[in-house]
Amino acid sequence: MNIIVCIKQVPKTAQVKIDSRTNTLIRQGVESIINPFDTYALEEGVRLRERHGGKVTVISMGPPQAETALREAISLGADEAILLTDRAFAGADTWATAYTLSRAIMRLATYDLIICGRQTFDGDTGQVGPELAEMLGIPFVAYVSAIEEIRDRYLRVRRMVEEGYEVIETGLPALITVTKEINQPRLPSLRGIMKSKSAPVPAWGAKELDVDPSRVGLNGSATQVIRIFFPERTHQAEIITGSPEEQADRLVAKLREARLI
Amino acid sequence: MDYFLTEEQKTIRALARRIAEEKVLPVRAELDEKEEFPWEIVNELARADMFRVFVPEAYEGLGGGCLELCLVVEELSRVCSAVAVTYAASALGCMTLIEYGTEEQKRRYLPDIASGRKLAAFAITEPTAGSDAANIKTTAEKVPGGYVLNGTKQFITNGGEGGIYTLIAPTDKTKGGRGASAIIVEKGTPGFSFGRKERKLGIRASATRELIFKDCFVPEANLIGGRPGLGFIQAMRLFDRSRPGIGAQAVGLAQGALEAALEYAEKRVQFNQQIINLQAIQHMLADMAIQVEAARALVYAAARNVDANDKNITESSAMAKVFASDVAMRVAVDAVQVCGGAGYMRDYPVEKMMRDAKILQIYEGTNQVLRNAIAASLRKRKARTA
Repeated sequence: MNIIVCIKQVPKTAQVKIDSRTNTLIRQGVESIINPFDTYALEEGVRLRERHGGKVTVISMGPPQAETALREAISLGADEAILLTDRAFAGADTWATAYTLSRAIMRLATYDLIICGRQTFDGDTGQVGPELAEMLGIPFVAYVSAIEEIRDRYLRVRRMVEEGYEVIETGLPALITVTKEINQPRLPSLRGIMKSKSAPVPAWGAKELDVDPSRVGLNGSATQVIRIFFPERTHQAEIITGSPEEQADRLVAKLREARLI
Repeated sequence: MDYFLTEEQKTIRALARRIAEEKVLPVRAELDEKEEFPWEIVNELARADMFRVFVPEAYEGLGGGCLELCLVVEELSRVCSAVAVTYAASALGCMTLIEYGTEEQKRRYLPDIASGRKLAAFAITEPTAGSDAANIKTTAEKVPGGYVLNGTKQFITNGGEGGIYTLIAPTDKTKGGRGASAIIVEKGTPGFSFGRKERKLGIRASATRELIFKDCFVPEANLIGGRPGLGFIQAMRLFDRSRPGIGAQAVGLAQGALEAALEYAEKRVQFNQQIINLQAIQHMLADMAIQVEAARALVYAAARNVDANDKNITESSAMAKVFASDVAMRVAVDAVQVCGGAGYMRDYPVEKMMRDAKILQIYEGTNQVLRNAIAASLRKRKARTA
């Protein structure tokens, strides 16, 4: 079972600060960690390898310092790690990121399963997983909370939906994004930490990946962040009381008053 | 204070601290209350390779020494001394094997201990043999192909939970102390069962139990080192090497108590001010900190002496154990005092620390017996230089 786990290095704080001039994240002075959702993806990959053999390869696109996150992934059980880094990749949106990741995955030998976290802690879009599956032309299941069965070319998972869950079968290779319900990530091991310090982490750039320059980084980004902000909290709720009939009458009156019906 | 640890030692310490804070802290009060053996934490320590720290590399360990072991024990004990002693007892249970075992014995047992699949335990104490360790009544009668064990070991840490036991028993009754041998007995051996599980004042999550042997046959291959008659010497040498570990447990406990007292003193307001502003409290905290640091320095120095294969470690190891455990007791009592009425309640961690501290002055050589050993060593040195 060859598994690829995609991870992102993100700032540790949930309250990310934004440079209002460039609309990008302020990373200075903020400790970087592996995106918390990605740690569940990594743990699931390591558990699958422990049960079925094979190897876990971790990939991350980011600045050179993202190597730290990849080394941490090795300390948590990953076998190999690859960093995708190049000035040309800077400023990528989810589409350009997924394209770059897809180029790296196409370069790797065969794989059975790609696992991503459901979304990142900083960007929060949850788009890279599905976009990547689309570009690779493989099946995709989002919000996976349990892998029920996995064997040669067959996968059955539980996926979380609003009220309850769905059971989905698919062929392999496939891509899944996972939720935090799927497992409890382990702490690193001493042997893992020692291995992570000396393990090679190759860095692949635009040349190694043979990318179309118009599809990576800022050039390849279809979206642009204009502004990032936290929605203001408003407290304008009004509780309508009375019997169900009275409540309905009052609600209708209010809606009419507001010319909404 | 900087103790000039290597990068590797710092890594071990940092991971042990993380396990203690993330996995042990949330459950320590419950484990204590229920007197529940911390298997989940043991498994967590195993997954993190903590049981590999004290096992040589050739047997799937990381080849650390006494200092590395002390760093792990200290960090665990800072949060929960019961977890710390469970971990340390596994090291104690295999140290004789590491030092004196045959190649075959090491290959057979150490990988399981290193991986944490099995816990080890060491058994010398009996109802009649505590400080007077030579007064062992358990018998190991020579029969063709091995020995037949009969008797009861008492107060054995990891008893019942451990899979591999190192037992000191006389294989030749006529020779007294020189007739004792170290024998390995595995859990599940016919004739080997567990007696009463003790209900203790402190370290309540750890298992302390009787080992009962009734016509229990063990093959000759289980005699550590393959030669009979060395058990007593091996045990004394073992304690010389393990006592800094108890010192580390004491330093960790005292550090935890100091931190708890400091935190409370900053929060607690009396006479319209935080009590940490009161000089009476300040001086108590300062004295606690001085003692903890002095104990740590002595424990690390003793551990380094062990790792340097210094021949004369009896004295330094005993000093480290005695001093650090006396410090732990005093600091824990003072921590309860600083926390006042709240400190006496089970909602705060310091009452548990005070209960846990007492055993440190008792096990692995009472502080009185160890003072005898230190005094004997002083006199011997004086006689030599005279």
